[in-house]
Amino acid sequence: MKLQRMNRRALALGALAVSGALALTACGSDDTSGGDGGASATANSNIKCDDAKGQLQASGSSAQKNAIDAWVKAYTTACKDVQVNYRPDGSGAGITAFNQGQTAFAGSDSALKPEEVEASKKVCTDGQGINLPMVGGPIAVGFNVPGVDTLVLDASTLAKIFDSQITNWNDEAIAKLNPDAKLPDLKIQAFHRSDESGTTDNFTKYLKAAAPKDWKYEPAKAWAAKGGQSAPQSSGVAQQVKQTSGAISYFELSYAKDGIKTVDIKTEAAEPVKATVENATAAIGAAKVVGTGKDLALELDYTPSADGAYPMVLVTYEIACDKGNKADTLPATKSFLNYMASEDGQGLLADAGYAPMPTEIITKVRETISGLS
Amino acid sequence: MDITTDSHKPTPAPAPQQPPTAEAKRAARGATRPGDRIFLGLSRGSGIFVLVIMAAIAAFLTYRASIAISKDEANFFTTFEWNPSGIPAEFGIAVLAFGTVVSSIIAMVIAVPIAVGIALFITHYAPRKLGGAIAYVIDLLAAVPSIVYGLWGALVLVPHMEGLFGWLDQYFGWTGVLDWNEGPPRSLFTVGILLAIMILPIITNVSREVFRQVPQTHEEAALALGATRWEVIRMSVLPFGRSGIISASMLGLGRALGETMAVAMVLSSTFDINASLLNAGGGTFAQNIASKFNEATPMGRDALIASGLVLFVITLLVNGAARLIIARRKEYSGANA
Repeated sequence: MKLQRMNRRALALGALAVSGALALTACGSDDTSGGDGGASATANSNIKCDDAKGQLQASGSSAQKNAIDAWVKAYTTACKDVQVNYRPDGSGAGITAFNQGQTAFAGSDSALKPEEVEASKKVCTDGQGINLPMVGGPIAVGFNVPGVDTLVLDASTLAKIFDSQITNWNDEAIAKLNPDAKLPDLKIQAFHRSDESGTTDNFTKYLKAAAPKDWKYEPAKAWAAKGGQSAPQSSGVAQQVKQTSGAISYFELSYAKDGIKTVDIKTEAAEPVKATVENATAAIGAAKVVGTGKDLALELDYTPSADGAYPMVLVTYEIACDKGNKADTLPATKSFLNYMASEDGQGLLADAGYAPMPTEIITKVRETISGLS
Repeated sequence: MDITTDSHKPTPAPAPQQPPTAEAKRAARGATRPGDRIFLGLSRGSGIFVLVIMAAIAAFLTYRASIAISKDEANFFTTFEWNPSGIPAEFGIAVLAFGTVVSSIIAMVIAVPIAVGIALFITHYAPRKLGGAIAYVIDLLAAVPSIVYGLWGALVLVPHMEGLFGWLDQYFGWTGVLDWNEGPPRSLFTVGILLAIMILPIITNVSREVFRQVPQTHEEAALALGATRWEVIRMSVLPFGRSGIISASMLGLGRALGETMAVAMVLSSTFDINASLLNAGGGTFAQNIASKFNEATPMGRDALIASGLVLFVITLLVNGAARLIIARRKEYSGANA
């Protein structure tokens, strides 16, 4: 059909641009891969390339960008016939591109909506788009309060802070949770994202689930509460926390660097939980699979009571067809997804500030990937 | 290339060194030769091409915007909300229109007097060499990409605004408009200052060119009547250049209205209007589109396009108003001098 031909032409054009970009970047990555020597060479030996070759186009969530970069680097050193191109355009754009048949898989911070699944049936012959949870991440709450090194907050206090109901750091509610801290008389500058973001979506889902009385807004990618300050991108809000006295904001753990301190969250467990990769994996372990059939969409538990389970987590899914993947990219798609879900692939995540999937879930993901057709 | 040496002339060509004959000159003026016809066609085509492009943009914006607005459950013009992917979809442009207009006005109030001052200094006060150097530096400012202004604004300008904001709050806080709650100074006021710096070069450049065109005789006449240098400027230069200054300001205003990345990086945007210019709040059309586009659903994208259409209309109105003002002051335009 005419439409399909148009798409193919767009794909070819895209592929051309991508191969050009890859050719340019290839030199750069060659140089650095020489540096980490033996470790990556041994890791690569476990990668199964099978008969994968050609261009693998993907796009979507920017939250998992750093993880994908690490995977692509290791994978393409082992499987030289495959070129993977992941564009971090955002979850919405990723799903749109996937449902138009432009990409082999998409990355998304939230599972497919029913109408998106319906739309995917046009691209997946006899099948539909399914969610494969692949990358987890703790959403850290970073703060900048002079003289305070550790800070404990619970969901209700967080909700009030981000809804401008608690406006000073020496507020009673904060003092009660931190009896030992010397809280200054300082205005709270709560920063949220000015762009739409999966991080905001997951953060507000947590607030809504854990403190429904204090957070009256519906969870969404766009910030709903009035007041407060804003900045673009995770790097932007992290930068503001660093340079503004009295600031507090939320971002993926990997952005909490250069001396940004993070809040310990008081859950129903005995001890407040620190924002770490292990604690996030523990919380994702409590998630239920709610997808039907091969779909592995998760329902996260935002109020875990287990010790050391960090409640504010974000899971990014890779979205592919269960049946009816394009024949020319199927081997590469399966091979790359397999590597992402493998022990080696998941092992890379912690170094990049992400949480690997719990064993129980990743086992199901591996089974599902081997069944893709 | 000298036109008289053109080998395509129909009349027998004179020797290249000889001055052109009267016949050749007449032939060059006529519109019958192929070169002229081709040029006429090209220029007419370009003119029509611009109109077609503008019409196509307007049609595209209107079509997509109408899709979004028809599904908008809230009033498009008065709602302080931007949630086009929500159920029900609710979004409005009140905050964006306010932020765009206010930040541009602040930018114009700061930039126009300074730009006119610089242009006058370069053309009438500075020694020729110094004026040339200043003009060159100002030109360079125009070549700095807006993302660089944004980075500079976020990392350098914003932290240094606290002193000014504190002073304004202390002495003018009672007005309410200049009240500051000691948040980070990432407000419409800071954006206005940043935009002022960004539009300075274009206003300065055009004003400078206009001031250069002031007929020598006007100035000499004023001087002959015993006017001081300032009086010469007030009586002959400024009135002559007024329409030029207005055009220059409108070019600058166009830039300020549409500035995207720098605003997105500096403004602490929130979807409500804050009466105080120093506190966080507001947003601009371009900034909102830049920050919302990546994650937008198809509906969200159409809503952003609808907001883009409003910016398009505002810009058209501003330019139309400028043309009206200039047309009324035709007697001073360069063509009649």
